Amino acid sequence: MAAIFQGVGAAAALSSLPSNSFDSKNILFSPRRSFSVRKAPSFVVVRSDGTMNLDLNPKGRRAQQFIANAVATKEDSSAASSSSKPGHELLLFEALREGLEEEMERDPRVCVMGEDVGHYGGSYKVTKGLATKFGDLRVLDTPIAENSFTGMGIGAAMTGLRPVVEGMNMGFLLLAFNQISNNCGMLHYTSGGQFTIPIVIRGPGGVGRQLGAEHSQRLESYFQSVPGIQMVACSTPYNAKGLMKAALRSENPVILFEHVLLYNLKERIPDEDYICNLEEAEMVRPGEHVTILTYSRMRYHVMQAAKTLVNKGYDPEVIDIRSLKPFDLYTIGNSVKKTHRVLIVEECMRTGGIGASLTAAITENFHDYLDAPIICLSSQDVPTPYAGRLEEWTVVQPAQIVTAVEQLCQ
Amino acid sequence: MALSHLAASASRSSSLLKPLSSALSLRRPISGDNSPLTVETSVPFTSHQCEAPSRSVETNPKELLTFFRDMALMRRMEIAADSLYKAKLIRGFCHLYDGQEAVAVGMEAAITKKDCIITAYRDHCTFVSRGGTLLEVFAELMGRQAGCSKGKGGSMHFYKKDSNFYGGHGIVGAQVPLGCGLAFAQKYSKDETVTFALYGDGAANQGQLFEALNISALWDLPAILVCENNHYGMGTAEWRAAKSPAYYKRGDYVPGLKVDGMDALAVKQACKFAKEHALKNGPIILEMDTYRYHGHSMSDPGSTYRTRDEISGVRQERDPIERIRKLILSHDLATEKELKDVEKEVRKEVDDAIAQAKESPMPEPSELFTNVYAKGLGVESFGADRKEVRATLP
Repeated sequence: MAAIFQGVGAAAALSSLPSNSFDSKNILFSPRRSFSVRKAPSFVVVRSDGTMNLDLNPKGRRAQQFIANAVATKEDSSAASSSSKPGHELLLFEALREGLEEEMERDPRVCVMGEDVGHYGGSYKVTKGLATKFGDLRVLDTPIAENSFTGMGIGAAMTGLRPVVEGMNMGFLLLAFNQISNNCGMLHYTSGGQFTIPIVIRGPGGVGRQLGAEHSQRLESYFQSVPGIQMVACSTPYNAKGLMKAALRSENPVILFEHVLLYNLKERIPDEDYICNLEEAEMVRPGEHVTILTYSRMRYHVMQAAKTLVNKGYDPEVIDIRSLKPFDLYTIGNSVKKTHRVLIVEECMRTGGIGASLTAAITENFHDYLDAPIICLSSQDVPTPYAGRLEEWTVVQPAQIVTAVEQLCQ
Repeated sequence: MALSHLAASASRSSSLLKPLSSALSLRRPISGDNSPLTVETSVPFTSHQCEAPSRSVETNPKELLTFFRDMALMRRMEIAADSLYKAKLIRGFCHLYDGQEAVAVGMEAAITKKDCIITAYRDHCTFVSRGGTLLEVFAELMGRQAGCSKGKGGSMHFYKKDSNFYGGHGIVGAQVPLGCGLAFAQKYSKDETVTFALYGDGAANQGQLFEALNISALWDLPAILVCENNHYGMGTAEWRAAKSPAYYKRGDYVPGLKVDGMDALAVKQACKFAKEHALKNGPIILEMDTYRYHGHSMSDPGSTYRTRDEISGVRQERDPIERIRKLILSHDLATEKELKDVEKEVRKEVDDAIAQAKESPMPEPSELFTNVYAKGLGVESFGADRKEVRATLP
């Protein structure tokens, strides 16, 4: 049901975002429904009780078109947070914190464990203030022992608690790979369904700003084979909060991938309670010519490339796949059936990444609908170098995306 | 008589003392079933950073007879599993617990079903002491539907949620952080219960164990780490694997107790002591000095790294069942013949359970895809011929 509504609204296109600076800039969203018509964006608010309604989220500087059931909008000024606008503005890490806080209030079984999440407030401030609010037994500072505290989180989850295990950087969770793969993923199956593991494992990953090879890892490619876990990647404050809440309410173990460079994205999100479906992809920009599948930080590179593409006359359809395991083949399939061309843009490495699996999945299922081979743009199969220019070239840049679309659409 | 045995063994879950009254028809009345009896443990406890409990253990005839019966059952079950493995009805890995039964029964006697136990892959007997039925054991070993994990777990993955038995884990040492997590949950919910996390002398050198111990000590968790020291980590003797084989001292700042693991009463006393300690003071380590007669698993003959004389020596001098038998006979709680009858009944019980388990069907093919996720969301799943319709997203 929710998938049907995906096509109705769009979260909006990113207009003027330079690829390398995300710090505290007010992100402008210009509304788009199709290439030529400019309308106010609308998106689906999936409420926690399962009902849905269309809501208006006016963002962007240009005057909005009036929509029947919406709050009247007026021109946005950058510093404003006037009470007549619905929702509130916040940064992505604050959205994560809000989601976490609301769930901790709602369910006393939710607890957080990780390094420096308590008194320090979290190395990316996601858990700031939670320890003073909920106490030391619910927001736990652990020693630097990923293997064991992930194991402890899983053990606690077996009894019914709902822990959130934070890896200070996703790469550190490699130390806990055994626990995540063998215990987290498999216990529900090997116990014949006796135990569920409602744990959420989250942390920032991805290539940051010259953090070095070991701190720029993309663990989604390593975990994607583990049976029994779900993986989601957030990319905007809206879906960060929604996915965090959904992950906490899910009975399955969920790994929530955040990105180091996206924590300071600002967006206006609704005041009311909402969650995002864990298994759904997000339609960022509907289009006709080519389907571009992406997630996390690459979404913004894609949207920047989309501007250039639009100027050149192409109409890309951009989908943020969000759900890395399992893939939302329904949304993706509908898109492929419409455009017949697929470009995958991801930050994982070429070998064995999410893109590789997605390419295989689409080829297997939708081969007849493809007019051209799938192009998958991924990071280079190298350890991320420290030097800035080299680091830029390990990840996919908007120019490469434009070239790839042109190649696809020949 | 036979039916009442089966019925009694079927309802093992609530109380281990229950089958006793129907199992043994003693013509000579036991001098009060519950009349207290004090027995001395074989050796005194050695302690580290704490006061050792007394050597005198309070018990009663009923309990001793229960110990005997349960241990005989476990011994028979493991030997039967040995034959089933050689008959290729059990495949893969099969790690047998015979020789170590005293740890399982002694621990169970000291705690309630609300306390959690988690162990590694040598879990058949611990599962039974937590209330698992023989049918569930043999069916799971043979991969049938009636198994405790529906045949999908196997020998190393026995679990029983309703009596807080958390398994059953294949990776050495990984269960210890899980156990500390269980203890954390108990503290979080203020349950006043404890967790026993069992591991072997081989696992005692795993880093995650010390990590988990550190966290448990920091957070004052009611975790009791029990090292079942059978002196061999598969083929490696403990003196070749650990620089300091005094496992009860390895916790350093965490108190420890060394226990004769072949004496069920000593185990019971130690576990009782540990439970009281853990609820007040946080984690404690128990080292059970025990021995396994079989090799590490069924693919290990068990005699390449130790002599047959050693094995038979332990069997003669320290066998847990013999110890209880001697105790019972010396205190005149039952006659030789009655004890032999118990063993015969137990043997029959095991044979019946095996027969029943053999009749249980193999799991359905659709079971391949159940329980991967809770509430099975729309994952792609193909049948074996890759033509089966996928599950679709809602």
